[in-house]
This record gives sequence, C-alpha cells and structure tokens, in this order.
Amino acid sequence: MSFEISEDHEQFRRVVRDFAEKTIAPHAAQWDRDHHFPVDVVHQMGDLGLFGLTAPEELGGADGDFTSLCVAIEEIGRVDQSMGITLEAAVGLGINPIQTFGTPEQQQTWLPDLVAGRTLAGFGLTEPGAGSDAGATRTRAELRDGEWVVNGAKQFITNSGSEITSVVTVTARTGERPDGRPELSAIMLPSGTPGFTAEKAYDKLGWHASDTHPLSFSDARVPEDHLLGERGRGYAQFLATLDDGRVAIAALAVGCLQACLDMSVQYAGERTTFGVPIGRKQGLAFQVADLEVMLAASRQLTYRAAWMRDAMAGRAGGGSTPSMQDFKQAAAVAKLYATEAAVTGTRIATQVFGGYGFMEEYPVTRFYRDAKVLEIGEGTSEVQRMLIARGLGLPVE
Amino acid sequence: MKIVVLVKYVPDATADRQFESDHTVDRAGVPGLLSELDEYAVEQALQLKEKAEGEDVEVVALTVGPEAAAEAVKKALQMGADSGVHVTDEAIAGSDYLATSQVLAAAVRKVGESGAVDLVLCGMASTDASGSVVPAMLAERLDLPQVTLGSVIERQGDQVRIKRDGDTSTEVIGATLPIVLSVTDQSGEARYPSFKGIMAAKKKPVETWSLADLGVDAGEVGLDAAWSKVEAAEARPPRTQGEIVTDEDGSGATALVDFLASKKFI
Ligand SMILES: Cc1cc2nc3c(=O)[nH]c(=O)nc-3n(C[C@H](O)[C@H](O)[C@H](O)COP(=O)(O)OP(=O)(O)OC[C@H]3O[C@@H](n4cnc5c(N)ncnc54)[C@H](O)[C@@H]3O)c2cc1C
Repeated sequence: MSFEISEDHEQFRRVVRDFAEKTIAPHAAQWDRDHHFPVDVVHQMGDLGLFGLTAPEELGGADGDFTSLCVAIEEIGRVDQSMGITLEAAVGLGINPIQTFGTPEQQQTWLPDLVAGRTLAGFGLTEPGAGSDAGATRTRAELRDGEWVVNGAKQFITNSGSEITSVVTVTARTGERPDGRPELSAIMLPSGTPGFTAEKAYDKLGWHASDTHPLSFSDARVPEDHLLGERGRGYAQFLATLDDGRVAIAALAVGCLQACLDMSVQYAGERTTFGVPIGRKQGLAFQVADLEVMLAASRQLTYRAAWMRDAMAGRAGGGSTPSMQDFKQAAAVAKLYATEAAVTGTRIATQVFGGYGFMEEYPVTRFYRDAKVLEIGEGTSEVQRMLIARGLGLPVE
Repeated sequence: MKIVVLVKYVPDATADRQFESDHTVDRAGVPGLLSELDEYAVEQALQLKEKAEGEDVEVVALTVGPEAAAEAVKKALQMGADSGVHVTDEAIAGSDYLATSQVLAAAVRKVGESGAVDLVLCGMASTDASGSVVPAMLAERLDLPQVTLGSVIERQGDQVRIKRDGDTSTEVIGATLPIVLSVTDQSGEARYPSFKGIMAAKKKPVETWSLADLGVDAGEVGLDAAWSKVEAAEARPPRTQGEIVTDEDGSGATALVDFLASKKFI
C-alpha cells in the first residue's frame, strides 16, 4: 500500500491557504471573542466550492475525492478551528447522510443549497442521556396521519441553529424491534418547523465561532417522506458515515498542529532570554522538535486513511484496494492519534510562548482552548481505543 | 466571441528578488506566479463569458515567457479560461516592451486565425516591471482602438461601455469591438480556482509556440535588440534611521518645515 498527496491536491491546498489567510485569519480572534458565527464567510467558502468537494456535479458539487476535503478542512483549521469544524460538520454530518441515504427528491430539495454553502444542515444524534451510548436515544417519532410527530431533545448539535440552517436530521425511536430493542430511524426536520426549537447557543471552552445548540422537539410534525433512508436503520446509517467523519476530524487536528508548529518555530526564533533566542535552548527547542514529529505522524496517518477511503471508491492509484475493515481501523487510529497529538501540541506551543501563551493576544491561546474538543466529538478517545482494540480481535466490551 | 487575456508570469513580489549578471531579473531562482494585476483581467474575461447567456464565448489565456510561465496559463485555466497559448523561445529572453508587444501581437494574430479575436484584455501593469505600456503598444501593432484603466465593463453585442478611472476624472467610454482593453485592480476581486477548476484545467488545450511559429525574426527581439540597456542594478540600500527632531525650545515646527523644504516636499 502506498500513497502520496498529488500535485493537484497541493495546488488546491495553496488556493485554500491563500483564501484562509486573506478571508478568515484576520478576523478569527474577533469572532472568537464575540462568539460570532460569520455567515458571510460560510457563503464565501461555498463560492470556493468547499462544501461541494465530494458532492456529485449534478448537484453543483466538484465530484472530487475525500482527500481534497481533508486538505480543505486542514487549511481552514490551520487559521481557525471554528470555521474548520463548521466545514467538517456541514459536509460530514449535514450533507453526507442526505447524499448517501436520501431519495432523489430529498437530494434535490436540500443538497443544491447545502453544496453551494447557501445553507447548512446539522445531524442530531447526541442527547442528554445518549452520547457514546447513542443507542440509548429517547427522542421519539410517531407516525400519525401521514406525519411524523417528534418529541424529545438533542444536545451539542453543530450548525443546527444558525440563521442559514435549513434542516437538521435527528435520530429518533420509531418503534420497537422484535428483540425488544428500540427501532431507531433518521427524520429530517426543516428549520422553522413548529415545535422544533434550537435553544440558546452554548457557552463553550473553545470553537466559539462555531454554531452549537441544544434542540428540543415538542410535537414537531413533518410529512412522512421526511424519513431519511430506511426506517429502523437510522443508527446504522449514522455509523456508516462516522468513519469518514473521524478522518475529517483528524485533518482538523493536523491543521491545529501545523498552526502550533508554525507559531512555535517563529516565536522560538524571535524571543530572546539570557541574551539568545529561546530556540537556542535545548530544553525549549526539543519540545518544538517533538511537535514536528507529532505533526508528521498525524499527517501521515490522516492522509493514509483518506487515501484508503478514495482507493476503496476507485479514485486513487497506488496499490491494492484496502478492505472496509482496514479503513475503519485506519480512521480510528488517525482520529485517536492526531487529536491527542493536537492537545499535547497546543500545550507545547503555549509553553513556548510563556506568559503570552496565556494571553488572548496571541492565537496560540485560542488553539489551546479549541483543541480539547477534538478528543471528544465524533467519538471520544476512549471510544476510538475501544474500536481499535476490537479491530484487533480483542473481546472488549 | 473570442477573448484573449494576456497573463504574465512574474517573480513573487513577496520573495527575495535578484538580478542576473546581465541585469535582467533572475526568473529561475525566484518562485513565480501569475501577475496579480492580470488576475483582474482574467476575472473580467470570465465575467463577460458568464454574462453572455446563450452566446459562445471562448477565453484564451496568452503568455509570453520562459518554460515556467506555463504556470500563469495554468492558473488562468484553473480559474476558468477555456484554452491557453504559451509563447516561449530562448531568443525572447531580455526583450523590452517594444519586442514583447511585437511577439504578443503576432501571437494574438495567430490566435485569430481560428476565429476573429473580439477583445484583448490585459491588466493595468505587471507587478514586476510596472511599465503599463504594453496594452497601448499592442493596440498600435494590432491596429485596434485601445481603452486603458477600465474598472467597469458592460457589453451588448459588439458595443462596450467602459468606466475609465483616471487620476483626475472618471470617464465613460463607448467603443465598438474589437479593442484592446486594460483593467484596473478596482474592476472586481479575482476569483479563486475551485477544486473542480484545478481538475478541469488539466484537460484544457494549451498550445506552445516558438518565434518561428509566429513568423517573428529572432534578431528583432531579446536582450540584444532592446532599445534600452541596463548598465547597473543595485539593491536599494538598507533604510537608515530617520532624523529625530526633539522640540525643547519651541523650534520644532520650524525644524520640520525646514526638513520638508530641504527634501522639496513643500
Ligand atoms: C462542540 C461539540 C459539538 C458537537 N456536535 C455534535 C453534532 O453535531 N451532532 C451530534 O450528534 N453530537 C455532537 N456532539 C456530541 C459528541 O459527539 C458527544 O459529546 C460525544 O460523542 C461524547 O458523548 P457524551 O458527551 O454523551 O459523553 P459520554 O458518552 O457521557 O462520555 C463521558 C466519558 O465516558 C467515556 N465513556 C463513555 N462510554 C465509554 C465506554 N464504553 N468505555 C470507556 N469509556 C467510555 C467517554 O469517552 C467520556 O470520556 C458535539 C459535542 C461537542 C462538544
């Protein structure tokens, strides 16, 4: 198995980097301070085609590969993790389930605007009583007179309450299986549906410019055809899109690490103590060296997993086609390693900055706050370890 | 309708630029790119194409330059131009404005052989030489009307209305195609290439022409044929610290005025 990032991807990387540095970087600190979700920038990212990278051309997409999406998430995340997660969630949680499981009518209704970045969609799985244990979902949807009536609540849902959110797909119990376990299905709830409320946005440790809300449903009614995919397959479908999401989160972590390294190398050359730049001191320089190792390893794991995903879809050269099992394992490995490296990496970078590392004057502080959630969202580190151990054939619970 | 956009490959202005021993710009040792000011011309060409509903508009990106200049054409194709022409020939190195405009004119004529060229679009200047004279010279050589420094372009059939931003006034000029038109950096932000554009560009046709293909005599261009000669080129001396006037007795204002007068600022 061999892979490398192609020249096309590198060119695309330069375009996204240029865009990110001009359009996002100068304002990221302000948005973070103000907890402001910049809708206009979402539209600009849409104009650049970022939301449609992996969507088919008929729906306005670029019909590109998964690697190109990872490149875009990394480069946006290198200057602003909030906008990086906005893109990641918009595609991975918003667009992908509709693109993969939606009927042609559902796709026509929702995807053209989502793909163009005119609107955003969310996916609500997590509930107050169901996160890692998503099977414990309590939200219910009952079919009454040709309508789904939804009652319950979701929490921590990204892109679910912005002024351009058009729809949120939620998992809900739609009945009981013969074996007594709940039947879970996915229902699409358009924004503005009576009884569907996106509550006040959270106060978060980081990702301040990303849109996250609790959702509540009180007799929220939608037509029967708002079921996404097969009845009773809601959870399974969601799991199927999660592997991609893990790799995409790993790419966001790579962007975070790259930012940490760039900032640390620069500061270590500028800041002098005891008459010499701090980079002359091994105690400091060696920490930055570790950062480089973590970045390189994270990058390799992430783009290897992305390559496997593309190779499985017949869109990448270089070696034999990986199996689904290999890809799942690679995705969990990349997510686990890159996100934990990002948390360690931001700790090193803030240390390099000394007292300034604790001051909001420097972006390094924002990255420190933003990194933590990478170990939590789309499957915690513990869940990744569980999956990896199971992948090894160990009988983990 | 056929639009030719001139795209120049220039050394990256943010990189360290050097001169060769013959005082021409070192183009091999410095990373290059499509001149930012030409991106505005590409953008205007693409907008004209997009606005021409139902009409077939072909945008041809044309560059004259060394091998690496193909990158400028590629960028234009990635942004959305339809095809490219790269004129390259050892003999062109070191050409002055006159020779460059001669090669460009021959290339535009050759592009016109497969269908008349209606509009030649250029940037207001290049970001390296900043001469701003090539559009005018080219118009003269092609025997076409020229409009320079356009900021807004509206077209209806073969009629164009161009808002021209001068130093002291703004003019609105009406012209009948074909013309040579240069556009300013106020004409509208240039788009970024999309991933789709980057992939599509690889399949777009690019022709590479030599001086012989254009029927231009190699002796008329290049460094030796240039009308001007650079005798010496030196890096600008590093900035020295400015003069500090400390006002202790109320004579500060006089000192400032004297300084400005001595430098002929006032
Ligand atoms: C900013 C943000 C945005 C989010 N966006 C979305 C979204 O758009 N859509 C969505 O559906 N969800 C979203 N989430 C939710 C996220 O996916 C969950 O928070 C995450 O899966 C963990 O679930 P939990 O919070 O319920 O934690 P819990 O499941 O309660 O976990 C608590 C702790 O116990 C550990 N743990 C749990 N089970 C096990 C086990 N079996 N073995 C070992 N350890 C275990 C966990 O790893 C964790 O450390 C978001 C979260 C955040 C913070």
